[in-house]
Amino acid sequence: MSTSEREDLGAILGHFGPYGGRFVPEALIGALEELEEAHRTSQLDPAFVAELAELHRTYTGRPSIITEAKRFAEHAGGARIILKREDLNHTGSHKINNVLGQALLTKRMGKKRIIAETGAGQHGVAAATAAALMGLECVVYMGEEDTKRQALNVARMKLLGAEVVPVTSGSRTLKDAINEAMRDWVTNVETTHYLLGTVAGPHPFPTMVRDFHKIIGEETREQVLALTGRLPDAVLACVGGGSNAIGIFHRFISDPTVRLIGLEAGGDGVETGRHAATITGGTPGVLHGTRSYVLQDKNGQTVESHSISAGLDYPGVGPEHAYLHDIGRAEYRAITDDQAMHAFALLSKTEGIIPAIETAHALAGAIQVGNELGKDAIIVINLSGRGDKDVQTAANYFGIPLD
Amino acid sequence: MTALDQLFVKVRAENRAALIAYIPAGFPSQAGCHRVIAAFIAGGVDAIEIGYPYSDPVMDGPTIQAAAVTALSNGTGAQEVFGALKVASASVPAVVMTYWNPIERFGVANFAAAIAQNGGSGVITPDLTIEESAGWISATATSAINPIYVVAPSTKDSRLADVVAKCGGFVYAASLMGVTGARTSVSSSAADLVARIRKTTDLPVAVGLGVSTREQAKGVATYADGVIVGSAFIKAMQDAINEEEGLKAVTELARELAKGVREGR
Repeated sequence: MSTSEREDLGAILGHFGPYGGRFVPEALIGALEELEEAHRTSQLDPAFVAELAELHRTYTGRPSIITEAKRFAEHAGGARIILKREDLNHTGSHKINNVLGQALLTKRMGKKRIIAETGAGQHGVAAATAAALMGLECVVYMGEEDTKRQALNVARMKLLGAEVVPVTSGSRTLKDAINEAMRDWVTNVETTHYLLGTVAGPHPFPTMVRDFHKIIGEETREQVLALTGRLPDAVLACVGGGSNAIGIFHRFISDPTVRLIGLEAGGDGVETGRHAATITGGTPGVLHGTRSYVLQDKNGQTVESHSISAGLDYPGVGPEHAYLHDIGRAEYRAITDDQAMHAFALLSKTEGIIPAIETAHALAGAIQVGNELGKDAIIVINLSGRGDKDVQTAANYFGIPLD
Repeated sequence: MTALDQLFVKVRAENRAALIAYIPAGFPSQAGCHRVIAAFIAGGVDAIEIGYPYSDPVMDGPTIQAAAVTALSNGTGAQEVFGALKVASASVPAVVMTYWNPIERFGVANFAAAIAQNGGSGVITPDLTIEESAGWISATATSAINPIYVVAPSTKDSRLADVVAKCGGFVYAASLMGVTGARTSVSSSAADLVARIRKTTDLPVAVGLGVSTREQAKGVATYADGVIVGSAFIKAMQDAINEEEGLKAVTELARELAKGVREGR
C-alpha cells in the first residue's frame, strides 16, 4: 500500500489496518465528527495553515535545529549520530506542535475551554501554555501520584493560569487522568475541547495529532540531506503513546531504505512484567477509544504499566504504530530503566545536553543500533524533550544529594 | 423472542414501565452479588443488568467506579459475570452491561454464545459504536440475543435512526450528558430524547443515568418503557453498616421504585 493510500484510509475511516477507529460513548460522536471536520477543513484553509506556521516561527522556535553528537557517537559504534532538537522548542518538548494546532482548532470550533491529561506534566504545561496564549480556560487532569512526583510542573501549570485536578481513581497515573478527562468531556462536550496529548484515542485524534507533529520529520529529512547528502539509515524515537515518534517517522515512511525504530519503556525488563512496552509486551485490544496494542490481562482488564519515565508510563500506544509494527515498516524495541538512565548520563556528559528521561530511551536505542550498523551508518534521533523536569528523578537515581 | 422482548410486551399490556436494576458482578463479593440479585427480585424488579467490572470505566461516576474496583479486587472475570447472569436470569430477564474490550478479549462470537447459554437476553455496550459493530451484530444474531446500544441527548436525528436500527430488546437512552450516578433531578433532555427515538422505532425505550427515587421513576415512567437504576442500589449497599442491612435497603428501594414505574400513567 502506498503512503498516500494509507493516509487516505486513516483520514476517512480512522483505521490503520485493523487498528484505530472509534470506541466511545455515543455522547461523544458529535464532538468527534465536529473535530474531524474542523481538522479536515483547516488543513485546506491557507489562513489556518499560515497562522500555525507563523506561530511556530515566532513562538515555538521552528524550525528546530539538528545537532551532530560526535562525542556521544563514540559510544554508539562510531556511527554518525544526528539529534533533532525538539528539546529546544518553547516549553521544552515536541508537545507544543500539537497543542498550538489543537488550540487553534478549539477557537475555530467556537469553544472556550480545553481539558487535557498529563503524566510527567510536559503535555499539561504545553496545553496550559497554549491556553494562556489564546485566552482559553484550561483544566489539566493529572494522576495524584504524578502530581507528587512532578510538583514543579504542577506549579508551572498553575502559574500559566491552568487548574490542575489531581485524579484519585484507579492507579492514579496517566491512564486514570485520561479516564477522568473523558468523563469531563462527556459532561461538558458542548463547550469543551479535549486536547489529547498523543496519537492515541478515538478518530480523529491519532491522525490529527500526527498531522500536527509531522513537521518534525519534514524538517529533519531536509536538514539531514543538506548536512550529509543522503538519507539516514535509521530514525529513532521513544514511544509512549507515540506522538514524537510518529512525528519524525511519518515523512520517512515512503523511504524504504530508512529503518524506523521505536524505543519503548522496558521498565525493569519486559520479562518481569513491570514495564510499559506496549507493542513489545502487549496484545491487541481496545483502550481509551481506539484499537491498538494494550497491556491487558486475560479478561481484557488494563494492566498497570511501569517506567522510570512518567511520560512513557502508559499501557496503550497509538494505533498507527501498531499497524507499522504489524506490516514490518517500523521496529519496536524495549529499553530498560537502567539502559535509559545510562544513556541519559552519557548524553549529558558527552554533549552537554540533558535529555528528558523519555528521550533517553531513544538514545539508549541509538547506542544499540549504532553498534549494530557500525561507523558508516547515519542515525537520526528525535531529541523529543529536555531533562530539566527530570533532575530530581535523575539525582535520586544516581544518588546525587539534593539539599 | 428473548425473555427481555417478552417482558416489554407484558409491561406495555399493563400500561406501565419496567424497572431495570443494575449491579456489577462480584460486588460486594461473588456471593454478595447473588444476594443483591435476590434482594432485587424480592423488591419486584422486572429485569436485571449485570455489570462487567472494567479497569477503565470512562462512562461511570464515582459510585460505580468504586464498585468496579471492589469487584475486580474480588477476582471478577468473565466466568463470574456469566455466573451472576445465570442466577439473575433464572428469575427475571437479564442482560450484561460491559465496555467493549472484555468482549473482544473473550472472543466476540464466544461471548454472545456464553450470554445465551447462561440465560441472558442481551448485552448493553456503551462504548461500542455502530461503525465497529459488524462482527458483534452477526454474533448476537447467531446467538439470538439483543444488542443494546446507548444513545445520548447529543445524538443527532440522522445518526439516532442508524443506531436504533441496530438495537434489539430496547434502546438505552442516556438521560443527560454525563456519567452514571444519582442526581437530584432527572434531566429534562431525557423526555425529548425519548420522543426523538420514538419517531424512528417501535422498540421499547429505557432511560438510565441519574434515577434514584420513586418520584423520579414515576416521572420517567410517564414517557419511557423502562427505568434503569444502578448507582442508587450500589450506594445503598455501600452506605449500610453491614451487608444484611444493605440488602434490606436494596429491597426497600426496589419496592419504592417498582411503585414509581406503575404510577407514571
